[in-house]
Amino acid sequence: MTDTSHGTGGLTFDKTKRTWPSEMNVLLALVIIVVIFEILGQVLPYMNDQSFLFDTRDRFDSIFNEARLKIIILQVAIIGIIALGVTQVIITAGIDLSSGPLVAATAMIAMSFGQTELVNGFANPKAVFGTWAMDLPVLIPVVIGLLFGAFIGAINGTFIAYFRIPPFIATLGMFLICRGIALWWSGGNPISFPTEQYAAIGAGMMPVIWFLALAVIFHIIMRFTVYGKHTYAIGSNEEAARMSGINVKRHKVMVYMIASMLAAFAGVVLSSKASTAQAGMGEFYELFAIAMAVIGGISLTGGRGSIIGTVLGAMVLGVIRSGFTYIKLDGSYQLMAMGGIIIAAVILDQYRQRNKA
Amino acid sequence: MSDQIVLKTEDLTKHYGGVHALEGANFEMTKGEHVAIMGDNGAGKSTFVRQITGVEQRTRGKISLYGEDVDFAGPLDAREAGIETVFQTLALADDLDVPDNLFLGRELTFWNWLGPFRFLDYKGMRRATIDGLNKTAVKIPNIRNTIRNMSGGQRQCVAIARTATFHSRLTIMDEPTAALGVQETAQVENIVKTLKEGNEPLILISHNMRQVFDLVDRIVVFRRGRICANLKKEDTDPQDVVAYITGAKTGEEYMETAR
Repeated sequence: MTDTSHGTGGLTFDKTKRTWPSEMNVLLALVIIVVIFEILGQVLPYMNDQSFLFDTRDRFDSIFNEARLKIIILQVAIIGIIALGVTQVIITAGIDLSSGPLVAATAMIAMSFGQTELVNGFANPKAVFGTWAMDLPVLIPVVIGLLFGAFIGAINGTFIAYFRIPPFIATLGMFLICRGIALWWSGGNPISFPTEQYAAIGAGMMPVIWFLALAVIFHIIMRFTVYGKHTYAIGSNEEAARMSGINVKRHKVMVYMIASMLAAFAGVVLSSKASTAQAGMGEFYELFAIAMAVIGGISLTGGRGSIIGTVLGAMVLGVIRSGFTYIKLDGSYQLMAMGGIIIAAVILDQYRQRNKA
Repeated sequence: MSDQIVLKTEDLTKHYGGVHALEGANFEMTKGEHVAIMGDNGAGKSTFVRQITGVEQRTRGKISLYGEDVDFAGPLDAREAGIETVFQTLALADDLDVPDNLFLGRELTFWNWLGPFRFLDYKGMRRATIDGLNKTAVKIPNIRNTIRNMSGGQRQCVAIARTATFHSRLTIMDEPTAALGVQETAQVENIVKTLKEGNEPLILISHNMRQVFDLVDRIVVFRRGRICANLKKEDTDPQDVVAYITGAKTGEEYMETAR
């Protein structure tokens, strides 16, 4: 109420008055964490002056330790794909716990249509179906996997939007159902020996390429399309969204379907990368995906956050994991420390939001 | 032209189970007229508005807008027909900015063949927002700010600015200044006066007697679900209106029905 002048005074879009985006905080945290590991590498007696991210062997053509960078991002890429979908669900003030088991179930189902008939001249020992399902074009297992994801997502969304089941409960149920499907599909046996094409989906750095490409696509969708705007509106004030004429129920179903399709695709990529599908795959993936989103500044109360935040959140998680391994921290301590960091991220975010309001 | 009937209801009735929240409301207003609806809590004011705006479905009765019978299935229908409502709860999305909120549910878009993934025309919406705010003389320092970071008065102004942006044919405001301070109330009242100058019809629900006498041409009083008075501002005064609200008096033409 400081501006009391007449006319258009103060109405224009003023770039300098935009608030500091929360993504910057995550980026800052990322830099600080890297610096901490860099310092630890210098001071810890058993580290022999190693560098965390930089190249210390005097090569002129590289600054960074590329091998470590690659591993960091490769480790988080597949869960990152899930996190892109979970982000959208959380922005609607929902939650999706079913994505980890969905990864396993989709990996089993898709892989069973992506097997090769002959392994070293012998019949595929892990064959699920007869020869009719062998050596199919790669598109078939991928499309089947995505359709399965869409189906699971549609069920999640329908129960949440139309039957008003709390998202936590609906997707917790689906969590168990999907794990059950994964175990039932081949009677608990692993499914292996994919076709060359299927194996190519997740080979080498392909998971990273998928992750980044999907991140760009969904960043554009969330930021610049009606779908994105309505997703934020629903998480921000569902009643207002309804009164504005948005079909909230249909939109929610769509969001859960997209999230589950992304998780399903992650399942395809994971099984391809591992060259095998097992019913126990994707354990804790749903929780790490949620953690990435939360570290990236996505508010669990809905309406706030962005895909960029989640990508940065994924990087933070990746750097922490890699850093702990780098300073030779035992796996059990790693889990404990990561849990603490996730809680700290939420506390910091809440503190920041309170100060801003 | 000035006598064109904007809104007319006949025998508009709403029962919630056994509760007769609204009973046989006959209401009429003409182009450019500003009408206040007054009454005690539970007198049926908000129920009346909810039937007109399609938020609820009426039990019986007829509603016509500009001479045409209408039957709204939901609030969006009413809005498309040109009825803009500023609800008590404002219906704003806190995490979105001003243009986003003005255009929520009816965004300007391009590449519409993309269906739900069609692109938002941010530029066009920003321009239309500034036009709408100028028209209502609303001052908001930065329209890219989210609603969360705005004062109560600014929020109210954003909600009201929707009406100006979309050339509404009838504006309804449900207690627009109930939660506002003095200065903010003045700002909202200014907007109402701008609407009056623009000859835009308005229904104002308010408990604020001074405000009502300041802003409107006519006062309709509701009591226990029925209309009990229809008073021209010139022919009445605040004490008189209070008498109608409390039931000490009843308009002659309503003697039969209201008691």
